[in-house]
Amino acid sequence: MDYVRAFIVGGLICVIAQILMDRTKLMTGRIMVIFVVSGVVLTGLGLYQPLVDYGGSGATVPIIGFGYSLAKGVMEEVDKAGLMGVLSGGLKASSAGIAAAIAFSYLASLVSSPKSKI
Amino acid sequence: MNKIDQMKNKYPSMVDEISPKNTVVINSLRAFWVGGLICTLGQFINNIFLRYGFTTIEAAGITSVSLIFLGSALTALNVYEVIGKYAGGGSAIPITGFANSMVSAAVEHKAEGYVFGLGAKIFTIAGPVIVYGIIASTALGIIYYFIH
Repeated sequence: MDYVRAFIVGGLICVIAQILMDRTKLMTGRIMVIFVVSGVVLTGLGLYQPLVDYGGSGATVPIIGFGYSLAKGVMEEVDKAGLMGVLSGGLKASSAGIAAAIAFSYLASLVSSPKSKI
Repeated sequence: MNKIDQMKNKYPSMVDEISPKNTVVINSLRAFWVGGLICTLGQFINNIFLRYGFTTIEAAGITSVSLIFLGSALTALNVYEVIGKYAGGGSAIPITGFANSMVSAAVEHKAEGYVFGLGAKIFTIAGPVIVYGIIASTALGIIYYFIH
């Protein structure tokens, strides 16, 4: 059942992005920025956590989930470490993802050549 | 005369045939099932690691890392581009699309060198995402600090 919920929640988040792409002609990069910031704001307002509880990976795998983990990390670290948590919490929570993204995409860029792009 | 009338009757259907269909609906359906499927795969990886005794946070981290690996690998194999043309937002918005944006930008500018080409342009799209994510979460953290 959690697979069905992940499918529906994840699918719907992607549909919102697709409609933005088709209707507003925003670049994909801008939409990703909007989604991350929305994730932070919604998590701060306490509105995103219920969606994560319901949709699981459907809510955390889309880029909006990156905003969620940043915001959640910051708030948890502020509870633990006070004001310094504002700066340390976000990257602490998302460090593995960012390091993996840099490492894997660097390796992938090394092995692929631009001319193979059609 | 008869022929012209026939043409007149045919005309609306001809226009319908040539003009693009309601692309928003079709694109949305494509984005829905591909995006949903990537998230379902994420849920599958997540559940496997939960079953093997990892904590919720660890399992979520491993899921992100696995999908990022998959996204970079499929981009290097030129597969992700094909998926992207079909699915649009369905493949761009999941974390695999984040990895894809890094690899494709880096490869495109590889000829400019490994430092200012690959090293710098890898962040063409990922950079703004991280910058605004950090700015927003820092602002949130300050507000949260004073409210709590």
